[in-house]
Amino acid sequence: MQPDPVIFTPLLAAACAIFAWSCYRRFSLVAVGAAEDRFSSLPERLQGMFEFAFLQKRVVSRPFGVNHLFIFWSFLILAVANTEFLVAGVFPAARLSAVLPQALYLPLVFVFDVVSLCALTAVAIALVRRAVAPPYEGARTGEAFGILSMIGTLMLAYFGLHAAEIALGAEGAAQSMPVSRALSSLLSGEGGETLKSVAQVSWWLHAGVLLFFLNYLPYSKHMHILAAIPNCFFKGLDAPNTQPREEFVEGNVYGAGSIDRFTWKDLFDSFSCTECGRCEKSCPAASTGKPLNPRLVMHDIKVNLLANGDLLQRGGEPTVPVIGDAEGSIRPDALWSCTSCGACLAACPVFIEQMPKITKMRRHLVQMEADFPEELLNLFENMEQRSNPWGIAPGERGKWAGGRDVRQFEAGKTEYLYFVGCAGSFDSRSKQVTLAMTRIMEAAGVSFGILGKEEKCCGDSLRRLGNEYLFDKMARENVAQFQEKGVTKVVTQCPHCFTTLKNDYRQYGLELEVIPHAEFIESLLAQGKLKLDHHEKKGGNIVFHDSCYLGRHNGVYEAPRTVIAQATGSAPAEMERNRENSFCCGAGGGRMWMEEHLGERINLNRVNEALAGKPSTICTTCPYCMTMMEDGLKDRSNGGTNVKDIAELVAEGLKA
Amino acid sequence: MYVVACIKQVPDTTQVQIDPVTNTLVRDGIPFIVNPYDTHALEESLRMKARYGFKAAALSMGPPNTEATLRKALALGVDEAILCSDRAFGGADTLSTSNVLAAAIRKLAQEDEVGIVFCGKQTIDGDTAQVGPGIAIRLGFSQLTLVDRIEHLDFLSKKIRVRRKLEGRYEIVEAKLPAMITVVRELNRPRYPTVPMRLKAAKAEVKVWDNNELKLDPNSVGLKGSPTWVSRIFSPQRAAGEIIGDGMGDPAGTARLLLEKLVASDMLAV
Ligand SMILES: Cc1cc2nc3c(=O)[nH]c(=O)nc-3n(C[C@H](O)[C@H](O)[C@@H](O)COP(=O)(O)OP(=O)(O)OC[C@H]3O[C@@H](n4cnc5c(N)ncnc54)[C@H](O)[C@@H]3O)c2cc1C
Ligand code: SF4
Ligand code: SF4
Repeated sequence: MQPDPVIFTPLLAAACAIFAWSCYRRFSLVAVGAAEDRFSSLPERLQGMFEFAFLQKRVVSRPFGVNHLFIFWSFLILAVANTEFLVAGVFPAARLSAVLPQALYLPLVFVFDVVSLCALTAVAIALVRRAVAPPYEGARTGEAFGILSMIGTLMLAYFGLHAAEIALGAEGAAQSMPVSRALSSLLSGEGGETLKSVAQVSWWLHAGVLLFFLNYLPYSKHMHILAAIPNCFFKGLDAPNTQPREEFVEGNVYGAGSIDRFTWKDLFDSFSCTECGRCEKSCPAASTGKPLNPRLVMHDIKVNLLANGDLLQRGGEPTVPVIGDAEGSIRPDALWSCTSCGACLAACPVFIEQMPKITKMRRHLVQMEADFPEELLNLFENMEQRSNPWGIAPGERGKWAGGRDVRQFEAGKTEYLYFVGCAGSFDSRSKQVTLAMTRIMEAAGVSFGILGKEEKCCGDSLRRLGNEYLFDKMARENVAQFQEKGVTKVVTQCPHCFTTLKNDYRQYGLELEVIPHAEFIESLLAQGKLKLDHHEKKGGNIVFHDSCYLGRHNGVYEAPRTVIAQATGSAPAEMERNRENSFCCGAGGGRMWMEEHLGERINLNRVNEALAGKPSTICTTCPYCMTMMEDGLKDRSNGGTNVKDIAELVAEGLKA
Repeated sequence: MYVVACIKQVPDTTQVQIDPVTNTLVRDGIPFIVNPYDTHALEESLRMKARYGFKAAALSMGPPNTEATLRKALALGVDEAILCSDRAFGGADTLSTSNVLAAAIRKLAQEDEVGIVFCGKQTIDGDTAQVGPGIAIRLGFSQLTLVDRIEHLDFLSKKIRVRRKLEGRYEIVEAKLPAMITVVRELNRPRYPTVPMRLKAAKAEVKVWDNNELKLDPNSVGLKGSPTWVSRIFSPQRAAGEIIGDGMGDPAGTARLLLEKLVASDMLAV
């Protein structure tokens, strides 16, 4: 049923040329971005690509992911069949049947036939799902339905062609094509001419849809078919919220205030987005009615690149601002809504880095425009003047100890530095956690010391808010102090201090062993250094809330659970969203210091989830979570549920 | 035309303590900040610069380390930063401070007309609120204190109309330029420096004027020109408070206890 190559050859050549040109036009746009090294650690990258692009580990972890896995693999397998199909259209004699031995060819044909049916089924499921229960509001786009229909049509045309050929007796491998053969029986009553027409129409339909699809790809969200695999290869290998330092010398610009200030990888991300909406579903801002939606952040970056890219390539200035109100721009209030919780990063099947882009734009707003929510002015000045967010006199640090004799850290004399942090030093509720932690370490005979008055804020909020200049200043001071004092092992009780000391300060050449209190207590328990009375059996009634900075950003999920189990005699209850799917308390990313004017309050959303299991206690591991959960509880007339830090649970059970 | 903001470097009072023995301020190791009211004076001068194209100058009298304060002003965008610093200026009270600052403004006026001088309402260390008016008198400027809004500025007729925030009422006042205006916090929201401006300010020039330049009578400046002496500084004694009961656990009992105490101490008329 081959058409005349004289007709098809120029068609195919033109389609391929246009496709190549479109791809070049689009992908070359990412070159307007800044340089960034994403080629280091090749083995790790290849492994990531294999696991996440080919095995689709993340894709399958959410509803309908398996369906996508089927479509993806069908696509890969049928790519062989489709290539043969196109080649044969030009060189009718160049067929697999002519080159492959029968023993190989027949099974292959069988696979093509069955896989085509799988693909058709998966596409049908996807169509129904999108129509009946779309992944997010607004996902029922013509583009999405169009693409699915096209893939479906390809499969139908494939079957039409083969069924007709079998009916005509022109298919030598008919016995290896169960599906096509079954379909051909439907055509058995038809005359030869009709069958030939069916074959002819199917052939052209198949060819037409294939070539159209090819040329539609680069202009649609299905560009991810081309970009997603390399994007998994290029995925970030560092802790995602540890972003590159900036160099503060005259003449430099800071953050991303225009599209070319992003890196090429940032721009490549925007082409890789599948618009699956998983980030949006997990985002605490998007799901509580804030103007931020990480999916749209990626979309707007792509629109912006397409609008400005040409101009930039010709050496011009961008015309559509990257921060602003129009499509292709991201609203400042969206940028300020991010809690830097990392849920978007954890959800994205193709490892797009949404949150770091938000931070880059915040860096621009703060450092180039000095334009930020009013409340932050105080925070920035307090940090700069008094090295703590509340602006309390630095001399007051260390007063949490009250009459207790807590040693100053001294290398050689004390093993661990207990880095209390601002909340633990100044916030009255968190000071109780500090005291609990102190009791635990004293009971276990740990050799530790504090910095007292000399302790300074780690600078976490500043960095997440984009005030990299001040963060840099404070980080340098802290790093110098740690080095001078010979600090090597640090215990923290705040996950923000933890992540900053451990991951961010590494960029300043400081390698510390930083241990979050949950893990530290876990190891004390494991070594039998703590004697606990847990006959109260409060467990089960305690629900555990994962801190984003301990969990998603640093992978510490089990230690706090083990500690709760040991301290109370039973494992904690889990909220519906837990571990990597945990839902933020709303205070990260500097949100702690801002008002929450828009939408539902994030902490209320989370507290409601926690209260669903009627717990006696919500257990936290972070001072911000503690504040947010307590505030949330105040707004709910709850049946006596309280909030406790994990250290308090343990300290309560210490045998006298 | 110049618009001048007078800014004073003050110790960060949240961190100031009084030495119980000598009854003086313990200033060792206490960081300095720009007097909070003066940040609003500075902001208003920068807004005028942006709006009318004035040249903005920041002016301060103090020891050499006051330079840091003036650099902050440069980072915010003033065109000139002038530090009046001389050993002879040390130990000044409000009178001699006003003499020096007025002389500096006069010197600046030799370069270009000075239209408005902004001062803070008062400082958080000396708290006298006298320096602004002192400058106005010496320069013969209109004196507009406690301003929380600039209503109108008319160059042609050289007039300014402002709103003064007084206790329980506002007062709209019109005056002739040049004027000295002291500002309250409600006037504006101070800006934050951008990083490029900070870096630029780090290298910019802070002009230092000593008495060779201001040529004031040595008896009118510093300690010698100061009739005021601070003899003693102390915190008023306050009786220690008492934390009453467990309000969460037993609200009714706590309220009763509180009531009893208030009645017993004659604080409530029953
Ligand atoms: C605790 C304390 C008590 C004092 N008591 C007295 C006293 O009773 N009588 C007395 O005469 N002196 C007193 N002095 C000295 C006096 O405060 C300062 O020497 C004087 O220079 C400024 O007065 P002020 O701080 O009260 O300023 P204010 O008059 O309150 O300041 C008003 C505004 O004037 C401007 N200004 C003031 N000083 C400067 C400066 N150095 N550079 C630039 N602009 C400036 C600022 O805009 C400021 O907001 C005291 C000082 C201290 C620390
Ligand atoms: S980091 Fe969290 S709050 Fe920010 S965009 Fe991602 S999911 Fe939303
Ligand atoms: S950014 Fe990732 S998670 Fe979000 S819509 Fe795009 S592909 Fe999906």
